[in-house]
Amino acid sequence: MTKASSKRATPPPGDAADFVQLLTPDGERVSHPDYSVDFNDDELRGLYRDLVTVRKLDAEATALQRQGELGIWASLLGQEAAQVGSGRALREQDMAFPTYREHGVLYCRGIDPIMPLGLFRGVDQGGWDPIANKFGIYTIVIGAQTLHATGYAMGIAKDGKVGTDEGEAVIAYFGDGATSQGDVNEAFIFASVYNSPIVFFCQNNQYAISEPLTRQTRVPLYQRASGFGFPGVRVDGNDVLATYAVTRAALDNARHGNGPTLVEAYTYRMGAHTTSDDPTRYRVAGEIEEWQAKDPISRVRKLLERENLADAAFFTEVDAQAKVEAVELRERVLALPDPDPSEMFKHVYPHGSPEVDEQAATFAAYHASFEGAQH
Amino acid sequence: MGETLTLGKALNLGLRRAMEDDSKVILMGEDIGKLGGVFRITDGLQKDFGDERVIDTPLAESGIVGTAIGLALRGYRPVVEIQFDGFVYPAYDQIVCQVAKMHFRSRGKVRLPMVIRIPFGGGIGAVEHHSESPEAYFSHTAGLKVVACSNPSDAYWMIQQAIASDDPIIFLEPKRRYWEKGEVDTAEELSVQEPLHSSKVVRPGTDVTVLAYGPMVRTALDAANAAAEDGRSLEVIDLRSMSPLDMGPVYASAKRTGRVVVVHEAAGNLGMGSELAARITEECFYSLEAPVLRVTGYDTPYPASRLEEEYLPDLDRVLDAVDRSFGW
Ligand SMILES: Cc1ncc(C[n+]2csc(CCOP(=O)(O)OP(=O)(O)O)c2C)c(N)n1
Repeated sequence: MTKASSKRATPPPGDAADFVQLLTPDGERVSHPDYSVDFNDDELRGLYRDLVTVRKLDAEATALQRQGELGIWASLLGQEAAQVGSGRALREQDMAFPTYREHGVLYCRGIDPIMPLGLFRGVDQGGWDPIANKFGIYTIVIGAQTLHATGYAMGIAKDGKVGTDEGEAVIAYFGDGATSQGDVNEAFIFASVYNSPIVFFCQNNQYAISEPLTRQTRVPLYQRASGFGFPGVRVDGNDVLATYAVTRAALDNARHGNGPTLVEAYTYRMGAHTTSDDPTRYRVAGEIEEWQAKDPISRVRKLLERENLADAAFFTEVDAQAKVEAVELRERVLALPDPDPSEMFKHVYPHGSPEVDEQAATFAAYHASFEGAQH
Repeated sequence: MGETLTLGKALNLGLRRAMEDDSKVILMGEDIGKLGGVFRITDGLQKDFGDERVIDTPLAESGIVGTAIGLALRGYRPVVEIQFDGFVYPAYDQIVCQVAKMHFRSRGKVRLPMVIRIPFGGGIGAVEHHSESPEAYFSHTAGLKVVACSNPSDAYWMIQQAIASDDPIIFLEPKRRYWEKGEVDTAEELSVQEPLHSSKVVRPGTDVTVLAYGPMVRTALDAANAAAEDGRSLEVIDLRSMSPLDMGPVYASAKRTGRVVVVHEAAGNLGMGSELAARITEECFYSLEAPVLRVTGYDTPYPASRLEEEYLPDLDRVLDAVDRSFGW
């Protein structure tokens, strides 16, 4: 991926830089005084492929849930650009702390999309190595990960790994609802007073389950940052180019030792909160249609078509390839084995515990007694 | 006249009746308005009582409980919904340091008549933090009262009693039993119901006393049915109140049967069973034929949902404990 403009994402509070957009819903490129991207044609096509693939894999997971193969699924539908744009903006050395919905970021990190599926199937609770993957364990308790991200960023600064192009940065994902949590506000404070290399990336998808944004805030969320002493910027979260540019600039700003930024990616959750949710109970009429017109994928397609960067064969091939990946994902989900019950006693403590070990032994003996009885 | 209601619907009607009876009763929580709560326990209440009384709050549990304290000080009777057991912990400080101690600190000058409703326990195939059993944390805290309903009739009456109570009450709802049906005589008066903090023999028996509450009452009753086929008579007591414990019926039963099994989903270590075993031993030592045995969740984090059936006490594990009691 190419570099975005590394101009600082520091619009003073209340400045005109209210809403950064580089690609309109009609697929027209627009310029912005502070942000730009210089993707080549291949890279633009690559972004389109990412968006389509991420949506396809997500749809497959929704289908798997409907068929009883997953216990629940938190769909990212509608938020593809926010996730692909920010995910691709991360550099190799950067660390991400996700919620439970960042499947698109995970994909862009080059991580196997099967990785979080065990959690949703109910066979594990994540189980991946957050350090090795540079991608934290999915966090369901709203907002908690923003503090972990901040502490990790504090550690980067302590290690002296800021101040150069090779510096490290952290990105913390959270939703609009999460901004009400004490943890998130505390994370802002810690990051601010320690000038930590972190980007707070809020996907404002307009809802926290059924509650609209007005239940969480009276001011645009990005403006909160100024009260904490660092810049905030609102980007069109359905615009992959703008999201990339803004996130890249904020991350580079952080890695160079200039402290935190709050990025508010203004987007919309097109699907249900999770497969357990019934959005017909709270959606406002016309909303879906309004956001449909701002779809993150179709605007990139329009751009590619307008600028003759891709032909029909390309689009067909992208769809076909995404389908191949989805089918493969499905097969691998179906093959995920149920864990052995003894797993539950493992990893409670790094060096075990005589009490838990004893319970594991009793558990095994109890189950063995049934097997004996059957013969 | 009895009505057949699910436990969830019984709670909904109980809340409705409490709101009709006292205009100071207000409901607060995440998604409880238009959505009616993720379990629909407050379904239709915002429509009928308005958004000044059924309040969708910001997504902040410490904020919800903390502001409920202020509203209670101002004369309201807040009923707070915590969306899932695992999300009560951000409010833990407010509950333990403030809710529990305000009356004591003011030397009785103020009361906090608030109810904190928590859907608790596992068995619904959920992801992590959605299947916790936090009752012991709260029961360990002086100044709080802790109750759990197990059936629709109790749900209907206990929620009203909790709201009418001058104490702050942690009201635990067995989420996996929300859809189970039972008879509720809604025409009765609240004043004639048995006290909120009373335990109740829900199935008389002679051989072994089984103590349970919340979701495990059904499990204990199923075990009693199965044991009866083997000629063993289990007496099942629904404790209903974890704090204070109503030990009278428990001691009476233990002295008759000489054998006690306690069942709960929460981990065994320092769980309700530990306290029950200690008290029964102190009070009924010479009547006991066997130690009080516990059937509980293991001392591990609640496992991934595909393992929850292995983790949760079930009929077989209760019967196994009954066997062990007899084998003593
Ligand atoms: C501490 C806590 N409280 C409540 C919940 C239940 N819950 C899960 S997701 C959610 C809404 C989150 O909204 P938002 O932060 O906007 O993120 P989104 O899901 O829209 O991406 C709630 C209330 C939770 N997971 N954690």
